[in-house]
Amino acid sequence: MQRAFVKRTALAAAVLAAGLGWAVAQDKGLENPRSTAFHTSLKDKKVVFVPLSMGFDLTEGWAAQMRRQAERLGYGFEIRDPAWSTDAGTRAIQSLITEKPDLMVIHNPDIQSYARLLKQAQAEGIKIVQINLESNTTTDSYVGADWTEIGRKAAEAVVARCDAGKGVSTKVAIDTGVPTAASDVFQLDGIYEVLDAHPDIQVVSQQATEYNPEKARSIMATVLQQHPDLCGAIGIWDNQDTGTASAIKEAGKSDQVFLVTSGGGNSVGCENVEKGLFNLYISYNVPLQGDLLNQEIVRLLMSEGAAGESKAIYFNPLTLITKDNVNQRNCWTLDDLK
Amino acid sequence: MARPAIIRKDDRPPFHARLLRSQEGIVFSLAVLAFVLFAILLPGFLSTGNLLVLVRSVSILGILALGMALVVIARGIDVSMIATMVVSVSWAFVITRAGYSFELALLIGAVFAIAAGVIIGVLIAFGDVPPIFATLAAGSVIYGTGRTFFFTLEMQNVPPDTDWFSVIGQGNVLGIPTTVVFFAVLCGLFHLVLSRTRFGWMLYAMGSNPNAARVTGVPFRPMTVAQYAISAFVAYLAGLILASSAAAINARLFNSTMIYDILLVVVLGGIGLNGGHGSVRNVVLGTVFVGILLNGMTILNIDYTVQNLVKGIVLLLAIVVDSIVNPRDEQTSQQGDL
Repeated sequence: MQRAFVKRTALAAAVLAAGLGWAVAQDKGLENPRSTAFHTSLKDKKVVFVPLSMGFDLTEGWAAQMRRQAERLGYGFEIRDPAWSTDAGTRAIQSLITEKPDLMVIHNPDIQSYARLLKQAQAEGIKIVQINLESNTTTDSYVGADWTEIGRKAAEAVVARCDAGKGVSTKVAIDTGVPTAASDVFQLDGIYEVLDAHPDIQVVSQQATEYNPEKARSIMATVLQQHPDLCGAIGIWDNQDTGTASAIKEAGKSDQVFLVTSGGGNSVGCENVEKGLFNLYISYNVPLQGDLLNQEIVRLLMSEGAAGESKAIYFNPLTLITKDNVNQRNCWTLDDLK
Repeated sequence: MARPAIIRKDDRPPFHARLLRSQEGIVFSLAVLAFVLFAILLPGFLSTGNLLVLVRSVSILGILALGMALVVIARGIDVSMIATMVVSVSWAFVITRAGYSFELALLIGAVFAIAAGVIIGVLIAFGDVPPIFATLAAGSVIYGTGRTFFFTLEMQNVPPDTDWFSVIGQGNVLGIPTTVVFFAVLCGLFHLVLSRTRFGWMLYAMGSNPNAARVTGVPFRPMTVAQYAISAFVAYLAGLILASSAAAINARLFNSTMIYDILLVVVLGGIGLNGGHGSVRNVVLGTVFVGILLNGMTILNIDYTVQNLVKGIVLLLAIVVDSIVNPRDEQTSQQGDL
């Protein structure tokens, strides 16, 4: 009987041990060959970013995110900064065409300047992603705002406030940046598409500010002198429109003039919404654009297809920021992205 | 029969002819012409409000031009003013956002600006570097230092909780914008310095004939250092007013045509780049003329490209008319004459 007990205990122990052993083997999991490939296959690839210029919220934000992914996946990432010079940018792309990186991320100063170079680069086998500012050439991918949509949304917001019988008047002012950039050309088209459908709205001023807040301020001050009953204003970029807003505030017309502007959703712009300087801030959400950009970079680097073989466009969704939804989710600082 | 060599009072050329004898007179006539034309054509142009906006929109330019004029009168030039302005003010804002007191930050900004001016002055006075090259290079160095070590983003909003600061650029004294008051006070101060002090007289001496000034005991080197320190400090003041006025400062102004606008004001007003003559009156004239043009064209809602064209044509016109009524000859032309 004692022997039987020993036998049974030994059996139980054996079963337990076998069970444990199996469980341990199960804990070590399965190797996922796709993960290994994902993390190693991009090792010797090279990506180069040619921005309009470094040093402002949009390009610094994208660059921070692209750099982070490059470090994670181990591919090379470089920035060639032309510092607002289209000439320097053209030269940078020309020399890159001979250097042959695997992919270039291009931020176009206007819709024409780089168009031919981008075609040429793709013909040489370099894949191209355009970010936020398009050129006339469609390339492997474009990620960014749909400027026409921004223009439409801005104009709709102003029309809702200033159409006949709604505001103090039907007068609207438009502050543009530089007349040749995609952001201006397409946005104006979107704005006028809506305004033309509302013939009562009068555009009393349409002036270029060269993205300079002080120039924007003095233009708006002059316009408010001529048209003290101005109802709405559309600015093309948050960075310049702090000036527009401060002219409106100074004239004591913050409650009267409805100011719409757009930008990357940087906390600096959000501060202005909180202070009541911007009534509507259309954000194209730089952190989201950075994520999309990173996804497109990996997709293109991994794909077997040749440069220029298939063309993709994704206009990212816009966030309409007003005083009610200025929050952490909608606004970012550069340190968040680093 | 030879005429007697006595000049009677009647022989003096009539007023209009005397007016057209100098660049200053020509620009004055053009300014009056533009003013009258706009006053007749544009209904709101003559209103007090608009005239204040007009002067205000160019007062910052005027303040910068005062600093430039001081240097130009002593046969120098300071094209690093914009770099000093944007870097010192942006840095002060960044320091404040990092947690230091705003007042201390402003003091650090001032010290930085003056130090930059002194270094430039030392390069010119002791290193015998021609002012144009010294300041051109120094501008890039200052801007590069700022962008590399002091701040990443070009656009800096005025730090929060600094309400008194907004008074500098947005307040009013007896209905007159403080910006205009600052310009007027600085004009008075510069006028006193230039016309009533030994420092001022020595500036003219250095400009008219540097060698003679040196031989007759003008402390040439300390004077040169002082000039660039003053112009740098004036640039810092102008930057504070600009930032307060637009609620932000954009370091990108360094890449804009602003430095040429300052030179335009100085030269258009009649201060020759070869030094030795000119006064605060010339700066005021140049500033007001540019102000009238900009304001009128903004009210007329003239297109950006056309505005630039008009500015160019006016400058060309002033130069052409000047060279017709005041033909150059061997006696009047000097080395370095433009």
